[in-house]
Amino acid sequence: MGTAYTPGLKVSADATIEKIRRLPVKGEVLVDVGATVSPDTVVARALLPGDIEIVRLADRMGVDPDELTGNVRVRVGDEVRKGDLLAEVRGFFGLFKSQVASPCDGRVEYYTEVTGHLGIRKPPVPIEINAYVAGVVREVIAGEGVVVRTRGAFIQGIFGVGGERQGRIRMSCGSPGEELSPDRVPADARGAILVGGSSVGPEALKRAAAAGARAVVVGGITDRDLREYLGYDIGIAITGDENIPLTLILTEGFGRMPMARRTFELLRSQEGKAASVNGATQIRAGAMRPEIIVPAEGARDDDRAAPEGAGAGTLGIGTPVRAIREPYFGQIGEVVELPPQPVRIPTGAVVRVLRMRIGDGRVIEVPRANVEIVEL
Amino acid sequence: MHQGRERGEPPPDPEKLKVVLATDCGSTTTKAVLFELRPEGWRQTFRGEAPTTVEKPFEDVTIGARNAISEVEELSGRRILDQSVSDGLAFVRPAGGKDGIDLYVSTSSAGGGLQMMVTGVVRTMTAESAERAALGAGAIVMDVLSVDDGRRPHERIRKIRHLRPDIVLLSGGVDGGTRQHIVELAETLLAADPKPRFGRTLKLPIIYAGNRDAAEDVRKLLEGRFGFQQVPNIRPVLERENLGPARAAIHEVFLSHVMSHAPGYDKVMAASPVDIMSTPHAVGVMAELAAKRRGIDLMAVDIGGATTDVFSVCKGIFNRTVSANLGMSYSVSNVLAEAGIENICRWLPFRADPDAIRGSLRNKMIRPTTIPQDMRDLIVEQAVAREALRLALSHHKSLAVGLKGVQQERTIADAFEQNATGASLIDMMAVGMIIGSGGVLSHAPDRKSAALMLLDSFEPQGVTELCVDSIFMMPHLGVFGSVHPGAAQEIFERDCLVCLGTSICPVSGRIRPGTPVLKYEISGGAKAAGTVAAGELVRIELPVGERARVVLEPLGRSVDVGAGRGRRLEIEAKGGHAGIVFDARGRPLALPDDPDERAAANARWMEALGIATG
Repeated sequence: MGTAYTPGLKVSADATIEKIRRLPVKGEVLVDVGATVSPDTVVARALLPGDIEIVRLADRMGVDPDELTGNVRVRVGDEVRKGDLLAEVRGFFGLFKSQVASPCDGRVEYYTEVTGHLGIRKPPVPIEINAYVAGVVREVIAGEGVVVRTRGAFIQGIFGVGGERQGRIRMSCGSPGEELSPDRVPADARGAILVGGSSVGPEALKRAAAAGARAVVVGGITDRDLREYLGYDIGIAITGDENIPLTLILTEGFGRMPMARRTFELLRSQEGKAASVNGATQIRAGAMRPEIIVPAEGARDDDRAAPEGAGAGTLGIGTPVRAIREPYFGQIGEVVELPPQPVRIPTGAVVRVLRMRIGDGRVIEVPRANVEIVEL
Repeated sequence: MHQGRERGEPPPDPEKLKVVLATDCGSTTTKAVLFELRPEGWRQTFRGEAPTTVEKPFEDVTIGARNAISEVEELSGRRILDQSVSDGLAFVRPAGGKDGIDLYVSTSSAGGGLQMMVTGVVRTMTAESAERAALGAGAIVMDVLSVDDGRRPHERIRKIRHLRPDIVLLSGGVDGGTRQHIVELAETLLAADPKPRFGRTLKLPIIYAGNRDAAEDVRKLLEGRFGFQQVPNIRPVLERENLGPARAAIHEVFLSHVMSHAPGYDKVMAASPVDIMSTPHAVGVMAELAAKRRGIDLMAVDIGGATTDVFSVCKGIFNRTVSANLGMSYSVSNVLAEAGIENICRWLPFRADPDAIRGSLRNKMIRPTTIPQDMRDLIVEQAVAREALRLALSHHKSLAVGLKGVQQERTIADAFEQNATGASLIDMMAVGMIIGSGGVLSHAPDRKSAALMLLDSFEPQGVTELCVDSIFMMPHLGVFGSVHPGAAQEIFERDCLVCLGTSICPVSGRIRPGTPVLKYEISGGAKAAGTVAAGELVRIELPVGERARVVLEPLGRSVDVGAGRGRRLEIEAKGGHAGIVFDARGRPLALPDDPDERAAANARWMEALGIATG
């Protein structure tokens, strides 16, 4: 037995999934435990503090800050309306008055004598979060949000761009090796999550967005095509906030890569069903991977134990694994040997390896760091 | 104060220590090492590692630490963990026979390390001092705010709102100077109202280290909303920096606020009588100790998965920078974005399809723990490393500078040198040692390739000892050194440093390739004599542990090997995996423009060092 360094991605026809829906600041939770929610149900609401409008009183009135002493007409904590008098200075012989009025509604948050600046906090801005998936509220985190539990098909991708979206699964390719070419994009794809095979290019992505698709799921995309579609280069591996009309999820990686048959078949079995997808990816310890959740109709909750997160799996003889680095990238097979002693590989490094039997019957040797367990 | 001491545990007596366990909880892996007092002296004996468990689903750093320590137990046969305690870290103490330890210490950079925002009035003066203070304390600086940063107030406020720093260092102005600007900065902070990363109920700590005359105004504005703490000004007068008190306060807040809110760290703190150090801080401590002991200028670099840290001790001044998005796994795509594919490909000894290289780097980013299996893949990774190191060094040089805006008294001699204020402190000719660490350098299957990566990216000049940290032990030694500096130093020399060899890099004006620039004569551990021509790399074998006397004779009045132009130099060279390397490729290093010629030159240089070319 041994440890796989890369946890496998979940591809499950029947999983229990919990999503934490949390406000960025303290607020109010609008649903109770046990409530049935749909993806667009608003589950919590908060008020984000409004922006501060800094009024440079001294500059505006052409006086030194210390000349304002006694001439500011409002105090910290006062509510003010747009146009209210904030400060007033009389000039020579009291003839010329210089006044500054409030540029907005709000509350005086500070006044600094050193700078002669006055800060007015504008009214708070309401924000809401929705349930994202159809399910049942399992837990309420007081003042912060909820945990929504659902049950259904759950597929993690390896990389994505674009945020949370909902739609119906629609197959656009007949096999995992087919490219989602522009001509395979339906003319009317409104509300669809289009599933392709090996790859997609910028033209097909643009056409899918124009046809109303909410998301595209494929095996891979070349780096050049992704750059062309986004219009810039992705630097650090944190995504999800891209300003793009649809979410793109890769299940295998960069390049033209046939989607794993299991993933493809599972998606095909869900065709026509409503799904929630999120392309957000963060690749660090405790990585966040993009996901496709297809809640099973009528089975939105159960009493099974909460799902476990993706942890490092355990390798054993017979464990199904996939090579995730050249020269064997994408090869799927079964572990046939786990040599306990480190082995010298072609780079000269001495590392722990495994031997796996692949589809054509060959046995290949791969560093353990270069496989992921194919989770069943 | 630290929890271990609050619990009444006395500071350890270094003389009574025999077995010490140290962990470094990194962003990806937690590394445990064992230090033991053996008959020959202090040694590092065993090492274990396991994935760090700060984030979901575990959210307890001690799980990963226990796993790493268990590996040390398996390898050493020593019982270390007290198995009667299942939660947290409890140890069999003291050491006796084959069981137990006397002391446990730890460093940490998990969960993104210590993330700070700093401010100053003028970008090149107080803001730069604030940045140096934060970096030197081991922080990642998320943003530098200054009155002259070119942003409008609402732009600053919007940026600050998006950041979730652990600490803000608010500095600006000299003591007795104008108060207005720093108070404006405080107003901006108040308006933005940034929230801390950990602890939703925690007040964001603000360390005030600016004009002392403005402290009261700033306190009035910020106290109540933030955790306000005042320390002496980091720039009390223009001519002097006083970074010590701010750094100490950062370290204290790091322990009391950041670490204590990070998942499981309370248990780590309770298990050790010694304060947890941030990983880069500990590396810095060790680098400073080494430079002082040797009496040289020294540089160290740690190239990790997400970030690259550069440390320098030059002219007696310690500096550290962190290039937050230059790394070999999570950040590999950012190296690609910053350096450009052409700059990465220029280091390859073969022609390659840039699109294929880009694709393979993207796949490395999304599966960051994979390793190269074939030679070409390894060479591509090492090409990326050269660019990450080059960019990180350039960043470091821009910050490791003398104070700017300072009036200098000039003598007649200075008038000929015309040194500007704010000149870089890094003089590669004066740097006597470069230590590399991080997987791509420390675990390079052929250590000679680590030497070439350092030569290509750092471009040392004159005579420089090149080393790597064998297993990235400098953090462990840094924190252990706070208890027992002598033992840490002993292990550093014996087990931490792996000597790659001595590089000798003549510097001259433009010389046509092929023109002899240097004559050498080597005696002692190796015997050789010859000349080196411009454009050449020459390697003379000198094994690890051996020393040789080298006489260097510049062949030309403009050639400098370290003693000045045209001057002869005699040195004692240390042996290593690469031996003695003469690098006469010129500074700055210029590669041929033609892609085929460039690939051929890279292949020639690799072969000269005995490195496989794929």
